[in-house]
Amino acid sequence: MEALEIARWQFGITTVYHFLMVPLTIGLGLLVAIMHTAWYRTGKDQYLRMTKFWGKLFLINFIMGVATGLVQEFQFGMAWSEYSRFVGDVFGAPLAMEALLAFFVESIFLGLWIFGWGRLPKAVHLLSIWCASLATIASAYFILAANSWMQHPVGVEMIDGRPVMVDVWAVLTNNTLLVAFPHTIFGALSVAGGFLLGVSWYHLWKRRRDGIDTVGADGRVVVGSDPARGRDAADHKVWLRSLRIGAVVAVVSFAGVSLTGDLQAKLMFDQQPMKMAAAEAACHDGTGFSILSVGDLGSNDCSDMVAVAELPGMLSFLANGDFDTDIRGINTLLPEYQERFGTHLPDNPIYGERAGTEIDYVPVMEVTYWGFRIMITFGMLAAAAAVVALWVVRKGTVPESKWLMRLAVFGILAPFGANSAGWIFTEMGRQPFVVAPNPDPDGIDNVFMFTAAAVSPGVSLAELIFSLSAFTLVYGALLVVEVKLLATYCRGGVPSAMPELLHGSTAEGAEKDDDGGPDGGTGGRGKDSGADDVLSFAY
Amino acid sequence: METLPTVWFIVIAFFWTGYLFLEGFDLGVGMMMRGFARNNTERRVLLNTIGPVWDGNEVWLITAGAATFAAFPQWYAALFSGLYLPLVLVLLALIFRAVGIEYRGKVDSDRWRSGWDWAIALGSLVAAFGVGAMLGLTTTGLPLDANGDRVGGAFAWFNGYAVLGGLAVVGFCLVHAAAFLALKTDGDVRLRAKALVLRWLPVGLLPMAAWAAALVLRNGKTVTVVTLLVAAVGAVAAWLLAKAGRDGLSFAGLGIFLVAGTVTIFTAVFPTVLPSTLDEAFSLTVESASSSDYTLGVMSVVALFGIPAVLVYQGYTYWVFRKRVSSSAIPAAHAVVAQ
Ligand code: HDD
Ligand code: HEM
Ligand code: HEM
Repeated sequence: MEALEIARWQFGITTVYHFLMVPLTIGLGLLVAIMHTAWYRTGKDQYLRMTKFWGKLFLINFIMGVATGLVQEFQFGMAWSEYSRFVGDVFGAPLAMEALLAFFVESIFLGLWIFGWGRLPKAVHLLSIWCASLATIASAYFILAANSWMQHPVGVEMIDGRPVMVDVWAVLTNNTLLVAFPHTIFGALSVAGGFLLGVSWYHLWKRRRDGIDTVGADGRVVVGSDPARGRDAADHKVWLRSLRIGAVVAVVSFAGVSLTGDLQAKLMFDQQPMKMAAAEAACHDGTGFSILSVGDLGSNDCSDMVAVAELPGMLSFLANGDFDTDIRGINTLLPEYQERFGTHLPDNPIYGERAGTEIDYVPVMEVTYWGFRIMITFGMLAAAAAVVALWVVRKGTVPESKWLMRLAVFGILAPFGANSAGWIFTEMGRQPFVVAPNPDPDGIDNVFMFTAAAVSPGVSLAELIFSLSAFTLVYGALLVVEVKLLATYCRGGVPSAMPELLHGSTAEGAEKDDDGGPDGGTGGRGKDSGADDVLSFAY
Repeated sequence: METLPTVWFIVIAFFWTGYLFLEGFDLGVGMMMRGFARNNTERRVLLNTIGPVWDGNEVWLITAGAATFAAFPQWYAALFSGLYLPLVLVLLALIFRAVGIEYRGKVDSDRWRSGWDWAIALGSLVAAFGVGAMLGLTTTGLPLDANGDRVGGAFAWFNGYAVLGGLAVVGFCLVHAAAFLALKTDGDVRLRAKALVLRWLPVGLLPMAAWAAALVLRNGKTVTVVTLLVAAVGAVAAWLLAKAGRDGLSFAGLGIFLVAGTVTIFTAVFPTVLPSTLDEAFSLTVESASSSDYTLGVMSVVALFGIPAVLVYQGYTYWVFRKRVSSSAIPAAHAVVAQ
């Protein structure tokens, strides 16, 4: 075991973990802002309930994103000091912009929103959730600018062996970034869409199980009411509307990831051809997209790869938009890489014990090959399920089947899986480089860095093992806590975010759609319980 | 001396000062969740004083770190990798604290709450101590080699200055938090907080004063003597004003102490950003550690727009939530019941 390996595991684990929270934050934040807007404009009770319920879940998840994000920010200096020295001139800037222009806005306006119920003028309160939500999107933009630079370095000149920024605009409009950003945002929306769909399905199902909603002779729902537990007619609207919104978002975002993903793939064939060849397990030049290849992916040696099923011409289409361009396979690329970047790591102390060892230019093929396919398949499944769900609920409720309900809840995981797979593919496909060299025409020659040189030379193996174990344990435990809390609050339904619904005082009023307009009291509820509601929403 | 690196040294000192001033009291309030607060209602009063603002305060830390990365990559790399272990602890502490603040009220059970209370209290304590140790060491040095890497193993950074810096920040946070609670709460909590300020202010501020004084002596610059005196005046004024019952002004006095104190510290070490205790030639300076002028120029534009904006909207939140929090306004906890 070497420090480098541990540092890589640590970065991978903490980052993938951070990115479990991130897409839900980005996607749900935007949807909550939209729900809040709907309430602001129509004054309808169900939109208030949606805002509060989904808002509460958003907050439970948000804090974990914040807590784990801190680790990300410090980690570059702690474990990757050589990397930080090498790229600092160009890479630190987007990070600092993210902090100054996005994180401040996000956290401060979110504080305003959480504690602002009934205290802020309605319009300002609405504005605060929009600021917070848009800032999460801005933060994604800046961090992806940094990441895209590692995938495709631009805007720099090499001075004294280091990339020095000469054009910040080029860094912020990197073509890699311009496609990775919408791709990631759509990916985040697909997570939020699936989340809304699964949770709402569960509640519609529960209303049927408990005999509150029934189905009439024409198959249409007959909405019932159990006001004592906040499960009135407006409650039905909350879930039905949320489900539909979630499903539509899931479908649209899948279209979005597909379009932008296709653009990304086209770029990647130019910028990091080895990554795409490895994603295809494409050893030989050709045009076919592999549906299934057999052979020992792990051997990283192309001799025994056999394509069992191929879509002829598809690979060429992915890369070029036509069906007959031969795409270079690994066997062709390998000598090119070896010629340009050497066959062995230089005898430089920066490489530690690895100095002089052979460089393996082929990324771990099991990971790239399956990562790419899992990303696409899971996304596709989630979108297909959303289409089916839209059709199933056309008459206003879901079937009584427990099995289907479980599937819907379980399906929440698919877009998370697609996101993680996408990142793992992107990042591991870039190996053995941490800053990938770009042979394409607009790449800058000779800006690259081997991962082997990036790790902190002064940090010992023992320190890294300690931190890796500590982070993994703590993260694991906190994941259990978060998921349990989310589940509890999901099961509690709207009253988990609006306990005032349970006091029954407004149960009759809630039957009406327009209870509590934008000019009503706190949250349209009892006029004098305002302060209580605020605090119980917050803590 | 180059202009832009100097400007950025000042900007980073500004971020650290802002961090200590703002998160100072919310870390202190966090520590007071155990010991000071006597029951659940009081703990909720404490939390609600910092609830709307603590996350925004913490971003000052992130920004200080990220700005160091952008403007002084060598400093960022050497400091953060050199202090690997203490920073891991700081990060874990901040994680527990953040999650604790957000999650403690989310389940209605005494065990749950008391577990998170400890997480918040210890998390705040460890984070404050660790950040203090890190700042202490960045002013007095680490055993760095020519490349800027720490030599001598995982604990080579540990010395008296780390402890002094840690105590300085912990002490300041506690006093600052007590003054803050006197300003932001009502009733019994407020009375006890005021008593705490009067009794403990001299003790709490002593380590930071000692740290600043040590640097003034070590690096001997006349201006720093002046700023150190200003800090002392701020501290004395804070105490006298607290005694006179002027909570707001007393809090401001602490602010003066902090600002003058950090100005003393950062001025004393300038233009060194991170001394090497092995060989002065290996020390990182404002010039040797900085990014290119182009990068610093770009960042200056961003900061020129960003910092005033932050001050305005962060100021606005403090204004919106200016009301005192009192025990009587705390609603009963509610349990989430499955439907
Ligand atoms: C595509 C989006 C994305 C990606 C790739 C990353 N993050 Fe992140 N990050 C966010 C999107 C985001 C966010 C959605 O904006 C978060 C989640 C929760 C939150 O508060 O903001 C966040 C939180 C967050 C925080 C806490 C901010 C706060 O206190 O408000 C920090 C310091 C970072 N991140 C830093 C990083 C670093 C250094 C990353 C790279 C390794 C990284 N993030 C990857
Ligand atoms: C949030 C989404 C991300 C995920 C899930 C992710 C995942 C990963 C994984 C799995 C690795 C380990 C690869 C390996 O060692 O083989 C890695 C490495 C790395 N990534 Fe990312 N990454 C993400 C975003 C980023 C961003 C935004 C940046 C930079 C701004 C970044 C910078 C790095 C660095 C510096 C390494 C370490 C060197 C290496 O092992 O390649 N990553 N990432
Ligand atoms: C037809 C569908 C899709 C295609 C063609 C596609 C294509 C790609 C490609 C080529 C990359 C690698 C880019 C690089 O190496 O920089 C990528 C990365 C990624 N994909 Fe997809 N993708 C698709 C669907 C999805 C879905 C459904 C999700 C999530 C719900 C998703 C989430 C991601 C993420 C998070 C990354 C890493 C971040 C990035 O580089 O943008 N993708 N995708």
